[in-house]
Amino acid sequence: MTRPDLLRVEGVTKAYPGVVANSDVSFAIAEGEIHALLGENGAGKSTLVKMIYGLVKPDSGRMTLRGTAYTPAEPRAARASGVAMVFQHFSLFEALNVAENVALGMENPPPMKELASKIRSVSEEYGLPLDPGRMVGDLSAGERQRVEIVRCLLQDPKLLIMDEPTSVLTPQEVEILFRTLRQLSAEGTAILYISHKLEEIRALCDEATILRRGKVVATCTPRDRSAREMAELMIGATLTPPERAGGTKGATALEVVDLSVASPIPFGTSLKNVSFTVAKGEVLGIAGVAGNGQDELLLALSGEVRAAQGAVKIDGKGVGHTGPNDRRALGLVAAPEERLGHAAAPDMSLVENALLSGALRKGLTKNGFIDWAATEAFAAEIVKDFDVRTPGTHVAARALSGGNLQKFVVGRELSQTPTVIVINQPTWGVDAAAAASIRQAILDRAAGGAAVVVISQDLDELLEIADSFAALNEGRLTTPRPVAGLTIDEIGLMMGGAHGMEVAHHGH
Amino acid sequence: MFGGIDPALLIASLMVASVPIILAAIGELVVERAGVLNLGVEGMMIMGAVCGFIVSVQSGSAVLGFVGGALGGAAMALIFGLLTQFMLANQVASGLALTLFGLGLSSLMGQSFVGIRPPSTGAVPLGPLADIPFFGRVLFSHDWVVYASIASVAATWWVLKATRTGLILRAVGESHDAAHALGYKVRRIRMLAILFGGAMAGLGGAYISMVRVPQWTDGITSGAGWIALAIVVFAAWRPWRALIGAYLFGGISVLQLNLQAAGARIPVEYLSMSPYVITILVLVIMSSGKGKAALSAPANLGQNFHASR
Amino acid sequence: MLRLEKRPSPSRFWQGATPILAVVLTMIAGGLMFAALGKNPFEAIRTIFWDPLFHPQFASYSRPQLLVKAGPLILIAIGLSLGFRAGIWNIGAEGQYIMGALFGAGVGLAFYPADLWFIFPLMVIAGAFGGWIWAMIPAILKTKFNTNEILVSLLMVYIAQNFLSSMSLGLLRNPEGGGFPGSRNLSQYPAASNPELIAGTGMHWGVIAAFMAVIAAYILLQRHILGFHIKLAGQAPRAARYAGVNPTGLVLLCMGISGALAGLAGLFEVSGPAGQISIDFNVGYGFTAIIVAFLGRLNPIGILLAGLLMALTYIGGELAQFMLGLPAAAIQAFQGMLLFFLLAVDLLSNYRIRLAHKKEAI
Repeated sequence: MTRPDLLRVEGVTKAYPGVVANSDVSFAIAEGEIHALLGENGAGKSTLVKMIYGLVKPDSGRMTLRGTAYTPAEPRAARASGVAMVFQHFSLFEALNVAENVALGMENPPPMKELASKIRSVSEEYGLPLDPGRMVGDLSAGERQRVEIVRCLLQDPKLLIMDEPTSVLTPQEVEILFRTLRQLSAEGTAILYISHKLEEIRALCDEATILRRGKVVATCTPRDRSAREMAELMIGATLTPPERAGGTKGATALEVVDLSVASPIPFGTSLKNVSFTVAKGEVLGIAGVAGNGQDELLLALSGEVRAAQGAVKIDGKGVGHTGPNDRRALGLVAAPEERLGHAAAPDMSLVENALLSGALRKGLTKNGFIDWAATEAFAAEIVKDFDVRTPGTHVAARALSGGNLQKFVVGRELSQTPTVIVINQPTWGVDAAAAASIRQAILDRAAGGAAVVVISQDLDELLEIADSFAALNEGRLTTPRPVAGLTIDEIGLMMGGAHGMEVAHHGH
Repeated sequence: MFGGIDPALLIASLMVASVPIILAAIGELVVERAGVLNLGVEGMMIMGAVCGFIVSVQSGSAVLGFVGGALGGAAMALIFGLLTQFMLANQVASGLALTLFGLGLSSLMGQSFVGIRPPSTGAVPLGPLADIPFFGRVLFSHDWVVYASIASVAATWWVLKATRTGLILRAVGESHDAAHALGYKVRRIRMLAILFGGAMAGLGGAYISMVRVPQWTDGITSGAGWIALAIVVFAAWRPWRALIGAYLFGGISVLQLNLQAAGARIPVEYLSMSPYVITILVLVIMSSGKGKAALSAPANLGQNFHASR
Repeated sequence: MLRLEKRPSPSRFWQGATPILAVVLTMIAGGLMFAALGKNPFEAIRTIFWDPLFHPQFASYSRPQLLVKAGPLILIAIGLSLGFRAGIWNIGAEGQYIMGALFGAGVGLAFYPADLWFIFPLMVIAGAFGGWIWAMIPAILKTKFNTNEILVSLLMVYIAQNFLSSMSLGLLRNPEGGGFPGSRNLSQYPAASNPELIAGTGMHWGVIAAFMAVIAAYILLQRHILGFHIKLAGQAPRAARYAGVNPTGLVLLCMGISGALAGLAGLFEVSGPAGQISIDFNVGYGFTAIIVAFLGRLNPIGILLAGLLMALTYIGGELAQFMLGLPAAAIQAFQGMLLFFLLAVDLLSNYRIRLAHKKEAI
């Protein structure tokens, strides 16, 4: 079956000061084809789609849409040519309702009432029901994505770009999304599907273009390749999975009993009766779709949000009412998800950022006066032990790449001889090699007797490193179960199934 | 204690007293809805006051005076806009700079205009309506700016609620990153909002020097700009509530002036500090209760936008 | 088309150079303003920046004034800078300054005409307390009710000004003053006065307090964990909470310090250079100190220099008023302009300006 090309990208190059984001990239998408753009974080996928969507202009190279030159000056022009995009982050307005959000993404939206009924009909036709009057801030991550998809569909796109769409979905929701995408493809809409998840691409996509360091390294038909082959093309190296020493569980180090706290974040999720225990040497993995209380759980465990005294116990001692430093004194360290602004101060140097959470356990102050020499030595030690690539310890945290800063932040916490470790999204936005080394470091601490809680939205990661598994769903935690023997369906149900999305697919 | 105070006159003068605050507050409300915090309202008002006064005296036309006032306020807002939107300067500091600069420059410009009377801004002839007992006095015997100020509230409410312009403005204030990703020109939209806010503050200032007082003295706005900022918080960023807030404040100022005139036993200084005290109390009430006012604030208020990539 | 590019790390060079660049730009723009007023711009700039220090005839009077004026500016600005660093905006220093003066002078006048050694120290404590309590009002309202401290602290200035006029016309009025507003002159009451300590230098207790504040703030910010937490809270509030900083405590601390220092400045002024409580003894130091704090880049040493420079513009302004007939308001506008230029060129420390080849959607 040969279909005519819809979009051709030929020899596109885009450089930023210090980085070449895309170098001589070429590929083509046929009408109705589901085309994967595969690559690691930082491989240049985002820059490429931003050029197709008119947010960024290429330095050189050309694009054609249905044979005519395609040079969108801005997203508006791209939309007018039939190119629509579903963003991974940053394109919804929480304080506006669904219909208003949809209207903002359209050139000439109909009056609100008409638009609302259109939203209802289109969303149901594609199995993604939505209430146009609801505030987006109150929607789950999956529902928010539906808003974006419906916004695109209302404009009858010829090419739909989807940027990492499944990172915010449960396995069941992924199935529903895939059905929708196949339905669209059958109707003739081409889909450019950006991901680094290989199994998904093998299940969904017709063709794949693989990017590494801004260059196309291969094109292939995903169904004919194994996930391992594609992974090696994407990473350019063979990866060794982390080693696990089959340690034995010790006494309970962290105990959480009936923890309920209101969310301090606008449109956040409050925690409701969360209970679990983690033993010395055990890794508890907590899964869940974004926005189901992960941030709040980290805040409540680190001490940034306080609860009842008995709700959090370290080695049997009730610390729920204390702040971060009291908990650090008892051996608990925490690494939040947001690196810049939460785990680290962007404009401060690595030395100052080492002091930020290390002051207490590393004894970096005397009577409140800072021992800068010791702090510098601590920062240098983190940089060395965790292979943080930086010109020195006096550069600002924001100057580091995401992966290097993550190594620094995780390294800073793990270097404090902790007895309890809590980490949210340890490898978010980190390349495969760095992710593997971070996971290994966590496992090493567990083998050394630390109790570890890893909160992550990456199921593969959790299954790889966790001993027991639980999921957060609307602020509630399921009962932890041993990882061995869990099926993907069971995991999906623990994560909340399809959040009421099981609506029959029409269309065919 | 209220002897000698005519309620009809009180309400009528309350409406007049509130005009500068309404105009400035509506302007600032639009600016803040676009995600920008301009603390320089006082500076823009006083520049509007001096520019309006000078233009009206020189031209002999009150209408031209108001145009001059609006331009004076907008010129100050332009400086603020350049600093915060293009130079990415801190919005709090830039707003303060605007106020400090405005106070100095206005006094410099107004030097040779002290003691002059500006041309009058007459009442709108509403014929028989003005003769209705009580209501005629309260509602139908004002100058055009009073009606224009109420119309500006209605117009702002309608634009924000029902038009695409309003939707885009709110979107930019909620999340500049999302608005940028959808292709909206965040900087341009914010710049326009800032200029509108400056023009409205300038009009409000001109009303003080041309109608309320009416003459030029240094520091004539005496904190009206700050009150307008407080009223935006009080109003939880909603236009009609800003009108209520301004009338509340206007009522208190008029009442205390009347009490002073009526020779109440409370010392003058305590009466004249009362509007400020009450504004603080109102701020406290509005802000407490789990940060109610804070919840309705635009999410990106006061944050600078720089499209990095 | 110019394009901005964020620097990976803030430029140390530009952090130091921007205040100087801002002063130069302000001199140029100010010169244009003076020319528009019909004055010779070069003469005006020289009169403001050079003559107070080196004019053969006036320098002997002007030079001591430098410390007299710089003292309160530095003292207030040091306090404000701690709050500004932490993202706590106390802009009501003028009110705290007035209240410090009222409390301090009130205590001193209560003892009149006793001659006891502890009167002046007691006034100092009362002055600091007056400023502190006035700053605590917005601080507590912020921590308890989430009220905006910018608006409240500023509105408190107007309230303080009304208190001041009430006091100078009523309670504190000089009973032997022939009905004129204003209190007894404290400089003529030795037990309560703050005299010039070394003749011809302008040095008084307030100036010493200002120097001590500079040193203490420097140590706090460079060496102490509390200073680190102040900086952290301003740059990354969430990271500060993660580091264990208590936001409520920080608001009370920063507002308290800045209020107490502003109160002290008021007390030293009213018992020394101003001499008495009067309706308009305050001349806006509380507001000018905001400019000083920013001009000094919120750095104690910078504030010391900025305070001296700003004091120079005050004295030079008076001289220019006397010699060239330059209106006093021109100096106020000039000072405001300085803050504008400073904010504008501050961009250079965090961003690089590049010529863009292509326009991108912004």
